[in-house]
Amino acid sequence: MGFATSFIWSLIVYLILTAGSGNIIAWSPAELIAGVVIAAIIGYATRNIMSEKLEYFFNPKRWILFIIYAIGPFFFAMAKANLDVAYRVITGKIRPGIVKISPGLTRDESKTLLANSITLTPGTFTLEIDDEGNFYVHWINVPEGKEKPTPEDLCGYLPKWARRIGE
Amino acid sequence: MIEWIIGIFLAIGVAFNFLASIGLLRFPDVYTRIHAATKCTTFGTIFIVLATVTYSIYSYYWVAKDPAWITIGIHSALVVIFLILTNPVGAHAIGRAARKSGIRPHGAVIDELEGRL
Repeated sequence: MGFATSFIWSLIVYLILTAGSGNIIAWSPAELIAGVVIAAIIGYATRNIMSEKLEYFFNPKRWILFIIYAIGPFFFAMAKANLDVAYRVITGKIRPGIVKISPGLTRDESKTLLANSITLTPGTFTLEIDDEGNFYVHWINVPEGKEKPTPEDLCGYLPKWARRIGE
Repeated sequence: MIEWIIGIFLAIGVAFNFLASIGLLRFPDVYTRIHAATKCTTFGTIFIVLATVTYSIYSYYWVAKDPAWITIGIHSALVVIFLILTNPVGAHAIGRAARKSGIRPHGAVIDELEGRL
């Protein structure tokens, strides 16, 4: 099972990278053979590593939710963040600070997803995550009276999506 | 028509990258500069790549059915995926290293990490 999964994923990635090289659909015969050989080697080498979290990572529901999240809510939040930072670049109105939030996520994967989403969205970037799952976030414009924000104050609907995808 | 769409994408992308470079010069300390350097460059590059992808799709369907256009489109789209995966990790690593080496955020109203790292 571990071999099959990593074989298929390596083959898919190889085929994406070499698409457009020839005439069998979009690949040349040499690339197809090389892809199968390389994917088999990778699958054999990683068969024990890949089997640990297979059910978690290759759950199609997570992938569909993740793609919806990346195209819709995340891209919108990112566009908003960029306009906000552009405004601060031009006017120079900043009120920086390092704040602490406790989103209450348990798994490492969902914490990674939320931390990376925070870093790419509204004027915030993650500096540190401690053992209890608290995030230390540098915020470029701390509003008055929001020095102890809730996760929703800081990053809106992102923690909800991280919980939906990753937990 | 297609020139206008590509031109608009390129203009948005270059504008955000330009603002990022101004931010790098204008902001007071390392943390605020990381804000400018990560967010705006990612967003600007997404739009520049979007222009490339639009151009390759257009060329494949209306200029010449050459598979090389598919290669260009897919490889540019992969650039965006890798950029979005690596950019926040780099920002986090630089920021954490700066805080660990004792740089205080300039004019901070609150610093929860004081005495914790």
